[in-house]
Amino acid sequence: MEQQLKQIEQEAIAEIAACTDLKELNDVRVKYLGKKGSITEVLKGMGKLSPEERPKIGALANTVREKVTQELEQRAKVLEQQQIQEQLEKESVDVTLPGRKVRTGNRHPLTRVVEELEDLFISMGYEVAEGPEVETDYYNFEALNLPKGHPARDMQDTFYITEETLLRTHTSPVQARTMLAKKGKPFRIICPGKVYRRDTDDATHSHQFMQIEGLVVGENIRMSDLKGTLDKLAKRMFGEDREIRLRPSFFPFTEPSVEMDISCFRCGGNGCNVCKHTGWIEILGAGMVHPNVLQMGGYDPKKFSGFAFGIGVERIAMLKYGVEDIRNFYIDDIRFLSQFRRAEG
Amino acid sequence: MLVSLKWLQEYVDIEDISPEELAEKITRAGIEVDSVIDRSQGMTNIVVGHVLSKEKHPDADKLSICKVDVGTDVRQIICGAPNVEAGQKVIVALPGAKLPGGIKIKKAKMRGQESNGMICSLQELGIEGRVVPKAFADGIYVLPDDAVPGSDALELIGLRDTVLELDLTPNRSDALSMLGVAYEVGAILSRDVNFPEIKYETSKEKAEDYIKVRVDATKENPLYAAKVIKNVKVAESPLWLQHYLMAAGIRPHNNVVDITNFVLLEYGQPLHAFDYDSLGTGEIVVRLAKEGEKIVTLDDQERTLKSHHLVITNGNEPVAVAGVMGGANSEVTEDTTTVVLEAAYFEGLSVRTTSKDLGLRSDSSVRFEKGVDPNRVLEAQERAAQLLCELAGGEVLEGTVLVDELDKTPARIVISPDEINAKLGMKIPLDDMISILQRLKFDVEAKRGLLVIDVPTRRQDIKIEEDIIEEIARLYGYDEIPLTLPEGKMHIGGLTPYQQKRRIVRNFLEGAGLYQAITYSLTSEEWSQKFALKKEETTKLLMPMSEERSTLRQSLIPHLLEAASYNLARQADSVALYEIGSVFLGKTEEGLPFEEEHVAFVITGKWVDDAWLGDKRNADFFTAKGIVEGLLEKLGLTERITYEKGTMEGLHPGQTANILLDGERVGIIGGLHPSERKEWDLKETYVVELNLHALLRAEAKGVEYDPVPRFPLVTRDVAVEVDRTVPAGELEAIILNSGTKLLKAVKVFDVYEGENIEAGKKSVAFTLTYFDPERTLTDEEVANAHDKVLNALKAAGAAIR
Ligand SMILES: [Zn+2]
Repeated sequence: MEQQLKQIEQEAIAEIAACTDLKELNDVRVKYLGKKGSITEVLKGMGKLSPEERPKIGALANTVREKVTQELEQRAKVLEQQQIQEQLEKESVDVTLPGRKVRTGNRHPLTRVVEELEDLFISMGYEVAEGPEVETDYYNFEALNLPKGHPARDMQDTFYITEETLLRTHTSPVQARTMLAKKGKPFRIICPGKVYRRDTDDATHSHQFMQIEGLVVGENIRMSDLKGTLDKLAKRMFGEDREIRLRPSFFPFTEPSVEMDISCFRCGGNGCNVCKHTGWIEILGAGMVHPNVLQMGGYDPKKFSGFAFGIGVERIAMLKYGVEDIRNFYIDDIRFLSQFRRAEG
Repeated sequence: MLVSLKWLQEYVDIEDISPEELAEKITRAGIEVDSVIDRSQGMTNIVVGHVLSKEKHPDADKLSICKVDVGTDVRQIICGAPNVEAGQKVIVALPGAKLPGGIKIKKAKMRGQESNGMICSLQELGIEGRVVPKAFADGIYVLPDDAVPGSDALELIGLRDTVLELDLTPNRSDALSMLGVAYEVGAILSRDVNFPEIKYETSKEKAEDYIKVRVDATKENPLYAAKVIKNVKVAESPLWLQHYLMAAGIRPHNNVVDITNFVLLEYGQPLHAFDYDSLGTGEIVVRLAKEGEKIVTLDDQERTLKSHHLVITNGNEPVAVAGVMGGANSEVTEDTTTVVLEAAYFEGLSVRTTSKDLGLRSDSSVRFEKGVDPNRVLEAQERAAQLLCELAGGEVLEGTVLVDELDKTPARIVISPDEINAKLGMKIPLDDMISILQRLKFDVEAKRGLLVIDVPTRRQDIKIEEDIIEEIARLYGYDEIPLTLPEGKMHIGGLTPYQQKRRIVRNFLEGAGLYQAITYSLTSEEWSQKFALKKEETTKLLMPMSEERSTLRQSLIPHLLEAASYNLARQADSVALYEIGSVFLGKTEEGLPFEEEHVAFVITGKWVDDAWLGDKRNADFFTAKGIVEGLLEKLGLTERITYEKGTMEGLHPGQTANILLDGERVGIIGGLHPSERKEWDLKETYVVELNLHALLRAEAKGVEYDPVPRFPLVTRDVAVEVDRTVPAGELEAIILNSGTKLLKAVKVFDVYEGENIEAGKKSVAFTLTYFDPERTLTDEEVANAHDKVLNALKAAGAAIR
């Protein structure tokens, strides 16, 4: 019997070693250790043994069973490892292949500029005011110190709808409307929006374009406040090392009126194509609100003062991104639009 | 305004300052110098030549062989100009000369004959053809006989000069004259202005014996002055005068006309010279025109006048359109001997209206429109009289025949220096303020802490305190203004809820794969209502520039389709564009259209394109609807939104859904109709337009927190067989309204027609989710709830499968 057990042990170890998967291994386990397994059978036959032999053979049988069990476990571990390894290999991917595309679009560059400006001015306590694109002659011109027949009306070629209504030529009517709505209280607003002029569309002109205007009315608003505000704007839009300069100009709704130049962001002031070799780039018009405009808006010019500025959004976007033709903003070519997808800090 | 620096030097000393530096100073002080033009344009080797002889070229009809003395030698030059003659003094470009436009002069052979240079026209020297005297417009320029061969021709014709091109803002009409510019430059440089000295002898005869003046419209013409000059010899003007005019962009005609133009440029005061004999009546009557009255102006055009146009007449018929242009019937010609010289103040608005009505702008009307200096009208007239004496041999009759009701008092402005500094945020010392005003030649006095300023009438733009503040600041220097920010009460800025939500809409749509587009609001009449959710009265331009930009749109879809088509034609394999913009509907009480903000999008082509993963799908109706559903969920409106089959012209009748908010249509989703696809050159394309205004104004559900479920959800599937025309949405509504509170969600998971389903029928399968937040549901409870659903479906005629 001893002989028999030794044989069983050897056979089992050989069979275990030959197993290539867990199912085979289980079959081996059943074959030797199961209810009808060969070791179990041997133990069942212990009764026939003499009392002297019984403990000896019993101990041997247990040793064999332990040995086989151990072998089974070890083999199982190896096979499990092998199986995981196979799974890993099977599930491996070529990580250099492209990912599933997440479809995204993005803001139009003009909206991008508008929102950037909105956020800057909101942080300085401004509200965003909007108004109609079809306006009355009164709000577009007269309330802004441009009575009928005023020579400065020539500066703006207007799309009239009737004698009294028109497509607004600037967002300034929103300023006039806001002043009346605020009923004599100090306020700060910026007004973004579409405006229209009778221009033939070409690389630098568009019959429809976007403006963003700012207006601050309060007691003791000074021209230096305008300059400080414009300086913030220039630095935010074109970089912290920009300098600004003001040049006297003329707008009927402001007095004094100025144009603001920034030091060229391309050449830093040494002269290049962007600044037409002057070192300076004209960015916007601004000024102190004309007393007539304050008066018509219901503010006493003796007590209140204010400043206003107006920015051409296309101009800013063209300068900022180097866009060469204003018509690009309105064609909506995806090859153009998709270039403005990246975030900018 | 073109300012010759050579000419300007006569009034203010600028010799020590370079043109570029001067231009920069003028610009920084407020008048923008657009360009600094070197009139010589780098030309060299241009000399005076004396044509000694002229012969016909043996082999070319139109060429002449000239022997020309160019000072250093006599040489042969071939000339093609018809007006070249022996004996002329001409301008010769010698070999080696460079002319404007990159032309280089070389020795050459022309049809076998040697040519050692070129005889030049003024155009070849870079002078615009429209200002070249008519006599030389089609040929070479002929110099006066006293020109010295070999001397610098550029100097002689005034091209050794620099011209500043000023871009004047409408308020600075004072700088529409050389003297005005001189004042400005004088103020900038702190230098004096020299005025021309006016002195001439008058004849014993009196002007009033020759001419009577009556003004019937003193509102439009408060000042009219006539002088009479006899024995005028009409001829060419001296060269210096002609060249000043050409530098200023005005063509020389004859000495009389040139003198009036010269004074117009010098003083900014338009003048007009009538031929006394052609007037014929010895009378000038200024009046409003009769409706339909006609006059032929100096440009040989017949003009029909209106009753608000001001005319100068000889008592019978118009002889000039006041302030705009003279009449051909009283024009100064070679035969003129007696001239009536008009100097007047015509009211700006009247001239502006007339000039606009007639479509006729002149150097004269431009100046009257903006207001001439009331105190310089008569002075300018005297200056012209003097020049007519000096340069045209005229004899000025004594006196001026004058009608004068013009207010010439200067504007007085009183302002406190503290206020100036307060408005500017600066601390300019009082002395500096006074000195700046003195540099401007304003009459200033400091009285009891106030500045009392009398503004010369030449500066019509200075009327209020703020104008004085600007003058002081601009000459003190805007660079000196410090940088500050508004002080006082805290303001809290921000976006309105509407504006915030609009940004959320943008973010959502971009996250869903759409690019933002901006297209034009103006469209054609045909497109203005195409795809419109609401068709209302359209808004049309009075005078459109083209039909395709004549009407304001009532839908955003047409221009988005246009953009989609544009992109596809340029190899895009898919297009996904959205736009937010106003549509213009009907008319409000204010007379303006109601502007309703809409959002629209268009999608077409590949939507999912992970080809190597076998994952490819084109945009379809449900892509569009999914985006809409997601957006409306984001806006908290899902519960109030329903979809129903809809129709719209241009959309596929089987692929169109109305989007209803509380039962009102607020939008549409649709596939483009096959015939429209053809028209736009598009494949399957889906469009959506939503009334954004209504959606963002609607009271929306915000965040409503429920505890995270602690008990399990139970799901049951049900499939029903119904007629294929029954909308799934209807079945869903039946399920949701079947009367069980435990049902939390319904989701379609399969729609099937075909094998195993009766013809004309379809199978729709739903997954139903049952849930109670308080406890775990028993099988029985779920079964009861599910039975209610099944019964409701059966009751509605659906067969449970
Ligand atoms: Zn530069």
